[in-house]
Amino acid sequence: MTVDPGVREAMLAAVPGLRAFAISLSGNVDRADDLVQETLLRALANIDSFEPGTNMSAWLFTILRNLFRSEYRKRRREVEDTDGSYAERLKSQPEQTGRVEFAEFRAALAKLPADQREALILVGASGFSYEEAAEICGCAVGTIKSRVNRARTRLAEFMSIESADDFGPDRATRAVLVGNDQG
Amino acid sequence: MKYRKPVSATLASTDPGAMSRRNTSGTLGPDIQAKIGKQLRAYYDGLIEPIPERFVELLRRLDEAGGKEAKGRNGAKGSFE
Repeated sequence: MTVDPGVREAMLAAVPGLRAFAISLSGNVDRADDLVQETLLRALANIDSFEPGTNMSAWLFTILRNLFRSEYRKRRREVEDTDGSYAERLKSQPEQTGRVEFAEFRAALAKLPADQREALILVGASGFSYEEAAEICGCAVGTIKSRVNRARTRLAEFMSIESADDFGPDRATRAVLVGNDQG
Repeated sequence: MKYRKPVSATLASTDPGAMSRRNTSGTLGPDIQAKIGKQLRAYYDGLIEPIPERFVELLRRLDEAGGKEAKGRNGAKGSFE
């Protein structure tokens, strides 16, 4: 099987968004890269089931999301308190990506249930329609809409609460970072 | 009013009441939704990077190998549905 150049181009074009989605889901850049690689391998192995002319990006997102879910379920059986460790990993993203400015938002995102987080990201950031997001997640359009709404409501709550509790430490962290630059 | 403190520069609006303004059905005001949407996209855009070389290399290698590697490693499962 030789990969059609057009298909290969379409796959590569989808990689940056696919990778951002994987980082958002897994909270870990290395794991995200593994997920993207596994997704591309599966996609190529099953390229016959891709209908030319349909949305390559949505197809790859579906594969990646299902891979992540099946791994997540597997790990849940092995390890207790998966949610807690996940939240910690998601919070530690700035060290891996070299970005600190979204620490607060990331912390709030980490507290969302996985269903709501993925729906919000697909619709609000990855640029999919509600219908496409529903197909990617294998659920009804109405379910996606309600997950997105609940996610937004909870984010708004988390972020207004966090501001009072976390403003001090957050500012201290920034001071340290600035201090390093000047020192 | 329950409004406490601006979350950050990006969330602190010219309309402070917006943070606590919700109607009785629990949906958010459009300005809060817009702010969350903006933060979400900024966060996500921050994760977007050029395609890592390993993926370009991977697809090229698979292409040259006639896709054998992909089939051998993953074709048997085919369980992405």
